[in-house]
Amino acid sequence: MECQECHERPATLHLTKMVNGEKLEIHVCEKCAKEKGYISYEEEAYSIHDLLAGLFNFESNISHNQATNKEKRETLTCPKCGMTYRQFTQIGKFGCASCYATFQDHLNPIFRRVHSGNTKHDGKIPKRQGKDLQNKQLVKDYKTKLQQLIENEQFEEAAKVRDKIKALENNDVEGGE
Amino acid sequence: MIMSLQPFINEAISPWLKEEGPNNDIVLSTRIRLARNFDKFPFPIIADKEELSPIVQLIQDEYHHQSFDSYQDLEYISMEELQPIEKRVLVEKHLISPNLAEKSINSGVLISKNEQVSVMVNEEDHIRMQLYFPGLQLEKALEQAFTFDDWLEEKIDYAFDEHRGYLTSCPTNVGTGMRASVMMHLPALTLTQKMNKMIPAINQLGLVVRGIYGEGSEALGNIFQISNQVTLGRSEVDIIEDLQSVVKKLIEQEEFARQLLVEQSELRLEDRVFRSYGTLKYSRIIESKETARCLSDLRLGIDVGYIDHLSKTILNELMILTQPGFLQQYAKETLSAKERDIRRASIIRERLKLENG
Repeated sequence: MECQECHERPATLHLTKMVNGEKLEIHVCEKCAKEKGYISYEEEAYSIHDLLAGLFNFESNISHNQATNKEKRETLTCPKCGMTYRQFTQIGKFGCASCYATFQDHLNPIFRRVHSGNTKHDGKIPKRQGKDLQNKQLVKDYKTKLQQLIENEQFEEAAKVRDKIKALENNDVEGGE
Repeated sequence: MIMSLQPFINEAISPWLKEEGPNNDIVLSTRIRLARNFDKFPFPIIADKEELSPIVQLIQDEYHHQSFDSYQDLEYISMEELQPIEKRVLVEKHLISPNLAEKSINSGVLISKNEQVSVMVNEEDHIRMQLYFPGLQLEKALEQAFTFDDWLEEKIDYAFDEHRGYLTSCPTNVGTGMRASVMMHLPALTLTQKMNKMIPAINQLGLVVRGIYGEGSEALGNIFQISNQVTLGRSEVDIIEDLQSVVKKLIEQEEFARQLLVEQSELRLEDRVFRSYGTLKYSRIIESKETARCLSDLRLGIDVGYIDHLSKTILNELMILTQPGFLQQYAKETLSAKERDIRRASIIRERLKLENG
């Protein structure tokens, strides 16, 4: 079949378009498709982000109730950078750090998909800014250790660890005030 | 050209790459990349140019011409000051990403004198620091990346959340913001068609395999990059442990495949190596694809001991030196594809002659 626009090259793209409620079949070559605007140039560069953006729109069968919720979600707007949830799903990127808090309730499914089911950070904490968090982590680690020591009846050691926890927790309270 | 740029674009091989690293017969280099953002500025994707200027300002004020540890004399280079060919050269040396090269105002890179660390400013994230090490050195690379990150953090308030970790522009980087990658030369696994079968298995472990040169999944010169996909919910240490074990497995398999090749088809392998050597030594016109194939054969020949008077870094060096950006940088002019093929052949001949003394 030859291209219906240039009548030179073979038609490689077969599209259906709705015009005034009627189904219109279009058979064109790639060059004409681009020139006539049947397909956009951007489609060529199908990036990882397009793929991601696709991943975000995962709902398939939504009930009526959910549809209104969806509408509400789509118009959620980040107060800091002005990015809407809809924009976020389209470009697949956050506009600023505050977007994370703004879209908070809708992010877990996305993160789960991208990060093998994970939604919570486990790893480095900023050294200077994260002092409090680091202490919290340290307390958690000490508490596990304390439990083990008690189970092993190493009470002397356990007392030392308990004091360390106390010191850290006191520090934390002071820091918070 | 800006004077301070000269060393970065005149030498094909970065100073750190000249050192011998562990497992360097198969592993070319190790890289750790950390993505970080300032908490109070919008991300580059949405920010106005003016909104990004305080970031550049801070980087210049606090880190330009500073030194930290073995990373001496950091140099900030703005993208708008660079010629297209100069940008291309930096991309070919992996000092900047193609994405950063497309930017101009309020984007740039901070590079240490030994080119071991580069900090991209206002790429997709405000900050993307990368540290390179020769051979397989994931643990050391992570340790160094952490201390470098701490040093940067002294002057920067990072966007960090207790639950989500380091906040990044793309959801694929959130959490650790870390991409650890290892560049491997796997000619025997490719030659014996084993690599194709191993890639899906590696993917299942949350790791990505891709060709480093060439387009799409094609691995030009049998050079593959193995890196982590997941950045959230697993610690940096766990991530590199997984990566390390897969890389070790690949090294083992590659060594085994090389041994089999030598045992079972020694003459054919030797013939292949020396034919490629001949092509590189004598051709007058050579395309990049053929160059990559021949260089890979040559490197394999060095590794298995058929050729002993050439240095191992020759693959790394010529791979970079024969890229379009470098060829044009050396020629000091824009070259057509055909002219590049001629220029490439002559550079390889000269380089090999030099090596033969």
